Amino acid sequence: MEKLEFRFPAQPATPAAGAALCGVVGSGNLEILIRPGDEADTCVVSVKTSARGFGRIWEAVIAEFAARHAAGGTRIAINDMGATPAVVSLRLGQALGEYTGGVQ
Amino acid sequence: MNAPHPAGAWDTRRRGRQQRLERAAALGLARRVEAPRVGELLEAVIEPGDRVCLEGNNQKQADFLSETLADCSPERLHDLHMVQSVLALPSHVDLFERGIASKLDFSFSGPQGGRLARLVQDRQIEIGAIHTYLELFGRYFVDLTPNVCLIAAHAADAAGNLYTGPNTEDTPAIVEATAFKGGIVIAQVNELVDTLPRVDVPADWVDFYVVAPRPNYIEPLFTRDPAQITDVQVLMAMMALKGIYAEYGVKRLNHGIGFDTAAIELLLPTYATELGLKGKICTHWALNPHPTLIPAIESGCVESIHSFGSEVGMENYIAARSDVFFTGADGSMRSNRAFSQTAGLYACDMFIGSTLQMDLAGNSSTATLGRITGFGGAPNMGSDPHGRRHASPAWLKAGREAGGPNAIRGRKLVVQMVETFREHMAPVFVEELDAWKLQESMGMELPPIMIYGDDVTHIVTEEGIANLLLCRTPEEREQAIRGVAGFTPVGMARDRQMVEQLRQRGVIRRAEDLGIDPRRANRDLLAARSIKDLVRWSGGLYAPPARFRNW
Repeated sequence: MEKLEFRFPAQPATPAAGAALCGVVGSGNLEILIRPGDEADTCVVSVKTSARGFGRIWEAVIAEFAARHAAGGTRIAINDMGATPAVVSLRLGQALGEYTGGVQ
Repeated sequence: MNAPHPAGAWDTRRRGRQQRLERAAALGLARRVEAPRVGELLEAVIEPGDRVCLEGNNQKQADFLSETLADCSPERLHDLHMVQSVLALPSHVDLFERGIASKLDFSFSGPQGGRLARLVQDRQIEIGAIHTYLELFGRYFVDLTPNVCLIAAHAADAAGNLYTGPNTEDTPAIVEATAFKGGIVIAQVNELVDTLPRVDVPADWVDFYVVAPRPNYIEPLFTRDPAQITDVQVLMAMMALKGIYAEYGVKRLNHGIGFDTAAIELLLPTYATELGLKGKICTHWALNPHPTLIPAIESGCVESIHSFGSEVGMENYIAARSDVFFTGADGSMRSNRAFSQTAGLYACDMFIGSTLQMDLAGNSSTATLGRITGFGGAPNMGSDPHGRRHASPAWLKAGREAGGPNAIRGRKLVVQMVETFREHMAPVFVEELDAWKLQESMGMELPPIMIYGDDVTHIVTEEGIANLLLCRTPEEREQAIRGVAGFTPVGMARDRQMVEQLRQRGVIRRAEDLGIDPRRANRDLLAARSIKDLVRWSGGLYAPPARFRNW
């Protein structure tokens, strides 16, 4: 198990729900919980992953997500079971979609 | 000039053939040979150094004849030059390990790729070349004409007429080349019947037939269980449908094997129909009878399918859908690999398939170190045929994107669809293909590249679509590929500014650029989510093999 923490600047999100949960904890998959954060222009992400040594890729995937989406003002918790970057990016997009009600 | 024929002797092949038949007759072997005596037959009619075609593709296999040949005496039979579509069975490799055959010209070797590579390194085998199917068939009629061919059919009648059933596949091409150039045709059949449902190969092209002790092996190679399709594959399928199929109005096409294209097939009755694309895309196919296409057929999305081979379990469904599939007067399917490959080359506007590696020029390869796997049909269908002259909207649009409004020809759409990482986080996008190292270690004349980069028009990944037709310089092309290569080392090294410019120009389009809501990228969008769903869609006509049944 490895724990990672990231903070990236992002355009503020417009929440439509108090929180959003997406994905499942299963092999090759992950679970993402989005809740309101403290700073409107920052996306804070904490990752618990079963696969060690991929910190640099996690950082790049989340930086890209924060740059492409209005995801500021959120605290995102991820429980990962070895998902590929493709699955991580898709689930992040899906979770944010649920959180904002489709506005991105 | 040196004449290749001794004066007055213009029928050495015919006379050689006669001598071979006389040797068999001297052993008391007639047209119908009993299975235990097939070894004797092979040793009588095959000569050392002969070119022997062993029928077997990735579907139907002349497995009994192959095993019997491998059990022949290497003192009697040696230095054979095998010409065959696919090296798939253990006995195919045994021929070389046991010293019966020494040279090989072929197309594909999937499961035996590792053993084949070791034989090459140990110099127990000489590979002439690795071909694409149509290319190999072409050479059967030019410089690789077989002296003897060993083929598989479903049934024979007493006269020796053959019924190949739905899996006709390569048989007509092989028999034609052999029977009409003084060669000998030997067939294994599953059963002897009084009256054949139809005649696929006439008896006077067949010299010997044997009822094999067990039916010939057929691999259900094109069955993909919808249960294994992932949400990421659904997302990529949505992008492909909206960004390529719809934009070019692709009506005539071929799909490679894989879960990526199976996802597209299963979105035709749902997502594509919702986009108003029914009847506007995917109406005519060169395709094996993929079970995952059943929902689209049942929904009226598909008009016609011509197939390379059949697929185990699809026989009754095909027979009941003769408006869609090519079938004989008897009702059963007739496939033909040579014609279907021709259709895939000249009569289709798009090929979409997958690969294991792609470099920054767009060259793709399924070769990995220590394995020689070959190509199959992909390089043929995944290439832009310069011999094509008829126009279609998709072909013209692609041609004009590449060559401007005055382009004098169109372009085949050649689409590669891959996730950026394979299993174990192996990146698909690489600086250099393993194919180059394989070329060096195997002493090959060329690296085994499956699809050349200059034929590829689009790359679809979970990161978006790169349209290479719109790239104007090699640098743009490289950045377009890096721009959809995601978080692979190649993707991370992209020039962000240039990639953003390419996105502004529509060379790269991401899911959000295509108006795709990621929340819809969900398995629920698939028309069938299990094999059982496919059976239900077929009204019980599809009978999946046992290994795909989990109920």
